Amino acid sequence: MRPFEYSRAQSVGEARTLGGRYIAGGTNLLDLMKLEVETPEKLVDITRLPLNEIKETEDGGLKIGALVTNSVLAADERIRENYEVLSRALLAGASGQLRNKASTGGNLLQRTRCGYFYETSRRCNKREPGSGCDAIGGFNRIHAILGASSNCIATHPSDMAVAMMALDAVVETQQADGHEREIPLKDFYRLPGDTPHIENELKEGELIVNIRLPKPKAGYHVYRKVRDRASYAFALVSVAAVIKTDGNTISEASIAFGGLAHKPWRDPKVEEMLIGETPKRKLFEDAADALLADAQGQGENDFKIPLARRTLISVLAEATQGA
Amino acid sequence: MNKHVMDEAIGETRLDRNTQGVIGKGAPRYEGPLKVSGTAPYAYEHLGGEDVAYGFIVPASIAKGTITSVDTSEAEAIPGVLKVMSGEKIVRSASQPMAPAAQTIDGEVFHYNQPVALVIAETFEAARHASRLVKVEYSETEGRFDITNRHTVREPASMPMEPNQTRGDFEHAFAEAEVKFDQTYTTPSYQAAAMEPHASTAKWDGTHLTVWTSHQLLETAPGQLAKHTGIDEDKITVHSPYIGGGFGSKLGIGPDAIMAANASIAIGKPVKIALTRQNVFQATSRRGETVQRVRIGATKGGKITCFAHETDTTNSPGNGFFEPSGISSVFLYPGADRIISHNIVETDVLMASACRAPGEATGMLATEGALDELAESLGIDPVEFRRMNEPEVNPQNDKPFSSRRLMDCIEEGAKRFGWSDRPQKPASRREGEWLIGYGMASASRKNDLMEASAEIEMAADGRATVRTGMTDIGTGTYTILQQIAAEMLGLPLDMVDVELGDSRFAPSSGSGGSWGANSAGSSVYVASLALIRELASRIDADAETLTLKDGHAISGNRQIPFPDILKGESISVTGKIEPGKQAEETHQASYGAHFCEVGVNVVTGETRIRRLLTVGAAGRILNEKTATSQCYGGQIWGIGYALEEDLVIDKRNGLIVNHDLAEYHVPVHADVPKLDVVLLEDRDPHASPLAGKGIGELAIAGVGAAITNAIYNACGVRIRDYPATLDKVLAGLPDDYLTAA
Repeated sequence: MRPFEYSRAQSVGEARTLGGRYIAGGTNLLDLMKLEVETPEKLVDITRLPLNEIKETEDGGLKIGALVTNSVLAADERIRENYEVLSRALLAGASGQLRNKASTGGNLLQRTRCGYFYETSRRCNKREPGSGCDAIGGFNRIHAILGASSNCIATHPSDMAVAMMALDAVVETQQADGHEREIPLKDFYRLPGDTPHIENELKEGELIVNIRLPKPKAGYHVYRKVRDRASYAFALVSVAAVIKTDGNTISEASIAFGGLAHKPWRDPKVEEMLIGETPKRKLFEDAADALLADAQGQGENDFKIPLARRTLISVLAEATQGA
Repeated sequence: MNKHVMDEAIGETRLDRNTQGVIGKGAPRYEGPLKVSGTAPYAYEHLGGEDVAYGFIVPASIAKGTITSVDTSEAEAIPGVLKVMSGEKIVRSASQPMAPAAQTIDGEVFHYNQPVALVIAETFEAARHASRLVKVEYSETEGRFDITNRHTVREPASMPMEPNQTRGDFEHAFAEAEVKFDQTYTTPSYQAAAMEPHASTAKWDGTHLTVWTSHQLLETAPGQLAKHTGIDEDKITVHSPYIGGGFGSKLGIGPDAIMAANASIAIGKPVKIALTRQNVFQATSRRGETVQRVRIGATKGGKITCFAHETDTTNSPGNGFFEPSGISSVFLYPGADRIISHNIVETDVLMASACRAPGEATGMLATEGALDELAESLGIDPVEFRRMNEPEVNPQNDKPFSSRRLMDCIEEGAKRFGWSDRPQKPASRREGEWLIGYGMASASRKNDLMEASAEIEMAADGRATVRTGMTDIGTGTYTILQQIAAEMLGLPLDMVDVELGDSRFAPSSGSGGSWGANSAGSSVYVASLALIRELASRIDADAETLTLKDGHAISGNRQIPFPDILKGESISVTGKIEPGKQAEETHQASYGAHFCEVGVNVVTGETRIRRLLTVGAAGRILNEKTATSQCYGGQIWGIGYALEEDLVIDKRNGLIVNHDLAEYHVPVHADVPKLDVVLLEDRDPHASPLAGKGIGELAIAGVGAAITNAIYNACGVRIRDYPATLDKVLAGLPDDYLTAA
């Protein structure tokens, strides 16, 4: 770990002006700093900022302060009743100890678990732009099958973000100059392309202050996480789905995927295929095939293609049973 | 020195008489209150108030080559940095168990992330920071990283077993066999993954070197440190009273101990080194991966006629240790014509060494799977198949078994588990998305008795203290030694203290190979008898018939409290156990059986353990609670072997990719169902004066195969390439399983 300057901000305004990498729970950043995968010269501790409340919004949604811990968010009664998919996703992630420390804003900014990103003696375009990618042709069991590039095949590890993607969450930020803006989560993350070190739309010094959830989506909520052990493992494939059926027709569908790509994945054409249709096995298969039409394995992770297909079909069957 | 050599079977002993009534009971852990209150000091916690320095390892960024230059100037310029050590003081890894010393690097890189230098600084943070600024240049050469390439194949050493044992003409017998089974199984490399990372505190005071280290085997540690430091062995003391698990990886002296000692000598003040989790994966030891071919010939009626188990495993240059996968195959199943063989495929990866039941843990994943496959192809129940093939004598040399309750374990387990209710055909029982299957496997663990000695001092007030250079790696050694001494001497448990983990104490066997309890416990038994003789002589009584209970000697109509015998004096005696003819004349092993119920998810191929039962027979059980806990541990590791553990070596460059506990998966609580362990009443008079046998690693042996056999029964997918991760199961699941139940 390199020596760094540390300061603690008392207000959002102060945090912006102090300049430096923001740190909240530190459950990811500190580990990376110990290994010198991350080497910030200055840390701004934001844990004292008044961003730890969950408030109801005028349009019937919720505004979640960026510092609300994953444990508190998962246990919040409003989340459990109206945004079940989010509560389930949170509880499927990490461990109790980590969830007690990890913040909502920080969770969105988790970095990949690619072994070559973590091993500083190997090549990684995300850690050291232009150096190359050792995951391609290497151990890439957990890597992407959608949206990858020849520069990076890493996946985003968050469960929470997958559920928020399905719920159409919006990220509220303050930029370094104090300007406030809103970024829909669907536009927040970037694909690796040839700049895999740039993972999202945040500008230098921009701080996530809230995450806003629109009013609850009616329907059946599922978070299905498939992983290599029963707990404390990142998703190989995960599906967050909210499906509403009217009579024997699917009327609404929001579906996002984890473990497949550099970002939580949401594909409008999959949802469009389902809406207005009668749920049946063939429909689910077609939707899964559409999702995975461009999927490409890297060798060790080829199994994710049939796994994602089967998992989606199973989730759709579960969410529409009785329809 | 009072010595007992195990030349004859033991008769009735004071342990059988059970006068005090404490042996075998589930007595609570002697050191438990210290551990749960954080007051049992571990190696890194010593010298808290002293001015100490900290060491941090610089790992190599290549796997194979020569170090051409080490530039320390930038590192040494960091405030607080005291010295950067490189060259001959740096070691590749831990030493092999009982080896004279660890391997030094000699200007070379032998594996990826091997230590190449050590930074010593006033603070841990400065040492860690400066470690990144040491500039090392290399001349890189091509390495060998893939066991299947077999670039260099060589004969193993004769440790930990005779690697090649044959009988008769297997090839001929196999060619003639009515039924031939021939399959290859593979197991990956593993990390021991003890909870406490290797750590040491070393202090050289100008005349004496004291090292506190997390270590399983103290007897050889001072000698190993002497070789590395040049200090005379009699000027070195090693302490290891509390250890957060070892699993074989702390049997040889650790790189932390060696480098902390040399660093302390170099700078003249105490030095602490705690390996990071990554260091543990890169610079201690690992288990070698294996490729195992199992061939079994049988009659159509189900009698095994010949047996071959041939293993390729890996190790690095200069290492003869091998993963002895065939260790149980020597004696477990019959066949007049036999081959048990091992080859080392040399690779340029971290040294392979002892790890959690070397041999059985990997070998029985193969053979117990093979037995299941063969039984199925013969149309015979796996339990019945084992009954039909239970040998009368060791099939390798016709020597008698000392005691062998394998079939008792299997039958008891089958009854308790409800084996008769198992799904008769694969994929025939389903609950929603879950296919349900049962599997079973045998367990056996070779028993060894090692030389061990212990001192018992009885103070004038009758209180006894056991002192031995034995270790307790979390297994319960403190507690069982307390129980043996208390039972033998007729003392309540709270009148017996136990001091372990000091190289100045009477040398003992150390904790490894499941031999600790039997060996160290026997030395306490021998010392106790000597102490009883001394007490008897002082009251002119017959030692044999003297009754001892609750701190009194009872002889005829006399009942004398110990203080009245001791008359203000303390007595100190030392006892020693040595293996003898019994080890040659009988074949000794512990036995068991595992029964498992799994669910396999038809959508995802995920496996979840639903029930797991292990029945064991390992001679006298010294403490029911700690013995049972040992078996729970074995079962849990077995879940890991079956489903999760896989130390991934990048075949292009030799990097251990998943070098932390986030990505190197061992079972977590959610993977472990309620576990059942049943220990049968057993005595083995040939194994030790305690009539006990090793139990520590018994439950690991075979349990993974019970799980994969259950996976087959659940869904019809045979796993021969461990672990049974969901992708391998999924590959064999037909699409139509997806149809809702």
